[in-house]
Amino acid sequence: MSTAVLIDEPSGVAQETSCFHCGQSLPNGQAWTVTIAGIHRPVCCPGCQAVAQAIAGHGLADYYSERDALPAALPDGLADAALRLCDEAVDTGEAVLSVDGLRCAACVWLIEKHLAHLPGVASCNMNVATGRLQVRWQPDRCKLSDILLALREIGYAVYPFDAAAQEARMQRAAKNLFRRLFVAGLSMMQVMMYAAPAYFSGSDAPDPGEAVLLRWASFILTLPAVVYSARPFFAGAWNSLKQRALGMDVPVALGIAAAFLASAAATLLGRGEVYFDSVSMFIFLLLCSRYLELSARRKASSALSALTRALPSSAERLPEYPQSRHSETVAAASLAAGDTILVKPGEAIPADGILLEGDAAIDVSLLTGESEPQRKDIGDTLPGGAVNQWQPLVLRVVHPVADSTLAALVRLAERAGQAKPRIAQWADRVAAGFVACLLMFTLAVFAYWQMTDPERAWPIAIAVLVVSCPCALSLATPAALAAATDALMRRGVLVLRPHVLETLHRATHVVFDKTGTLTVGTPGVTHIVTACPKDEERCLRVACALEASSAHPLAMAIANAARQCGLPGEPAADAHHIAGQGVEGTVDGIGYRIGNMAFVGGLCGVACPWEDDGILTSVYLGTASRWLARFDIADALRQEAGKTVARFLAEGKTVILLSGDRPEAVRRIAASLGIAHAWGNYLPEQKLAFVQALQRQGAIVAMAGDGINDAAVLRAADVSFAMGSGAALAQAQADAVLLSGRIDGMQEAAATAAKTMAVIRQNLAWSVLYNALAIPAAAFGWLNPWMSAVGMSLSSAVVVLNALRLLPTCRGKVGMGGMVEQIHTLNQPSHPHPNPPPTRGREHAGRTSSSSYSIGAR
Amino acid sequence: MEALYLLVPLSVLIVFIAIWIFFRMSDSGQFDDMVGPALRILQDDDGNHPDPFDSGQ
Repeated sequence: MSTAVLIDEPSGVAQETSCFHCGQSLPNGQAWTVTIAGIHRPVCCPGCQAVAQAIAGHGLADYYSERDALPAALPDGLADAALRLCDEAVDTGEAVLSVDGLRCAACVWLIEKHLAHLPGVASCNMNVATGRLQVRWQPDRCKLSDILLALREIGYAVYPFDAAAQEARMQRAAKNLFRRLFVAGLSMMQVMMYAAPAYFSGSDAPDPGEAVLLRWASFILTLPAVVYSARPFFAGAWNSLKQRALGMDVPVALGIAAAFLASAAATLLGRGEVYFDSVSMFIFLLLCSRYLELSARRKASSALSALTRALPSSAERLPEYPQSRHSETVAAASLAAGDTILVKPGEAIPADGILLEGDAAIDVSLLTGESEPQRKDIGDTLPGGAVNQWQPLVLRVVHPVADSTLAALVRLAERAGQAKPRIAQWADRVAAGFVACLLMFTLAVFAYWQMTDPERAWPIAIAVLVVSCPCALSLATPAALAAATDALMRRGVLVLRPHVLETLHRATHVVFDKTGTLTVGTPGVTHIVTACPKDEERCLRVACALEASSAHPLAMAIANAARQCGLPGEPAADAHHIAGQGVEGTVDGIGYRIGNMAFVGGLCGVACPWEDDGILTSVYLGTASRWLARFDIADALRQEAGKTVARFLAEGKTVILLSGDRPEAVRRIAASLGIAHAWGNYLPEQKLAFVQALQRQGAIVAMAGDGINDAAVLRAADVSFAMGSGAALAQAQADAVLLSGRIDGMQEAAATAAKTMAVIRQNLAWSVLYNALAIPAAAFGWLNPWMSAVGMSLSSAVVVLNALRLLPTCRGKVGMGGMVEQIHTLNQPSHPHPNPPPTRGREHAGRTSSSSYSIGAR
Repeated sequence: MEALYLLVPLSVLIVFIAIWIFFRMSDSGQFDDMVGPALRILQDDDGNHPDPFDSGQ
């Protein structure tokens, strides 16, 4: 509310310093306004203007007085033609859409009101918790694209939601479980009422007729709990028995069945004890912990479905290329190998393809972790999911979208989510042994009590069955692993193989690759040599001004260095690029050249005072009469590399640096990081032999490298991390991907692994303690069946809750939180975009200066 | 205490009715979104704004 102005103020132009729609500060000298209720409101850009006009024009201006949070950034999603494609995909008149940018109550109101106005929309239902919008419409009166457009018009990014089968299954399971839980709860409460007289009557026994009545009522009410609510336990027990295994559901199912049948027999025959209250309570409490566990799993799967959105859903196909450049918009899924497609600047490449035309600079940060744009020449293969940075590209598709690099990545992650880690398999085996022993023990206890006190044999046998709790093994271990995997994915570490956490925790040696792993893999200014001392800052400012509009990697390095020194980045007025040479331009009225030695020498006319030592790449700066500066540009260390290495060293792991680079360079890096073991000039085969030799000595090797060169050694290592390298993952080499492109993701994974193992150990310790105390107590007849039920359920809840501590604590306010934003930032370049998509009005003012460049570059 | 012979069966019946009502609510999707309704209730729907889409028809 602080920046939104109430609309019932007196007429006139509101004096505001921030945008009426989005609340960003207004750019100087720009005059976009929107008229709402007769008042002219200033807005920051044409995008906000259009949205605010659409909202006001549809009579929904109340949004501005009702909202209590500012809207999300304007979407820069699908083009109109791409939206039309959705109509072909969905013509049933019903669809589920995924909505980004929900901020507050007013958003929900705005969306539903706006859609209700659309002709042909029968109903719409916004699910705020999941960020899904369910719409139904009459296909003859309106189209899905109309709905998508209408929502875009008011500023929300909407995608047709193609529910992953897994997520849909989870949702059904959660709903199902909730119903079972409710029935069990109702049954438990009522049966408890009927049991109360029997517990409290004490010596003066209730009227026998009434006792029979209450027993029959309890029996009838326990029936739905046993038949309906407890079915998952019976089904689980039956399934594990069919596979000739003893799962944790077996004693549970046996306990429920024995207690219920004994009670039913007592009711029918009119003699003996009944335990209906214990049965229904046991079912209810047990379902509670299952429900907890399932909701944890649902959260884990939501992060994955966000990843699939990184691939664009439409593509521009050039059917008559090269005769004509006529393009048609098609669904990306319909692309086949051999198709020719056009990718505009700022768009993601929809499928893996070979470059036919255009000088490509692509941002592959999602796939390789390199934030610097990569140059690609004609004939190179470009991976799907990479973002085209520079100029329009023409590609020939090599793989259809379903086989693209990113799609393979998502598939691998999905598969990893389904496979069972070794520790979970181990837990299952131990649980099976535990259950087998327990069943035998129960039989022995039953036989003993049958001989000494037949009256108590049944209740004691039931108590033993019910009180035992293998949950720490079979329920909490998978829950802990799923929660940890989810927590990591939200921080940009995608776990592809199930064993990563346990192996990383046990690793003794950590092997790093240098280029692209410990170092940025892209150039940065390491040293500035100036002709006059103390001239450094001025030279950097001039160099930055000249290079400001260039997307060349060396130019970016200089611009970054200037930005780090806090120097203003005013671009030179007449910067002129000479391909392969450098830039010429005028700053403060003086002509300069920046670029290679020969190019700058052509302006200076005198011999260069510096020698080219051949190790480092240098960029020179000069004016008409003299040389000014030399910028040495080299691959810089990652900021977080030092911390990561130090942490691994502190944990007592041996850190090794293996690189194909020159030994001097490797030694320099190793010395600055404190790595004692460093070898250079290692070919991939030699790296592989090195790691295998370590493993023969009994070491457990964790390896981090860039995916493509190190594929073989990554596969050989016990646990491997690839730097965001989707390209290599298509061949399934690494066990985990650092999507964030930051090496400290590996450290985070190690920390999470340690925490996970600690939680699993705590759970096992608790479980051993609990079972060691509770089972003998039940066998001696000190526990009633109801006490056993409470004990077992509490123990189960303790281990599941302990496992859920691993879930990330901070979540998105509404709907999908961090991961989506992370994916979007991954898709965005980390430096100013040379050619911003035109609809991104928010950054419009700041980027106009650089967008002119891309036109000149073509 | 003869009233019990009426009240206990009645309570059993009521529980089954409650389960039936709950299933109907669950089927209608009432429990799918536990957040949205709390937000929607705060909005006033009684503004009589012109409907721009219907005006042209």
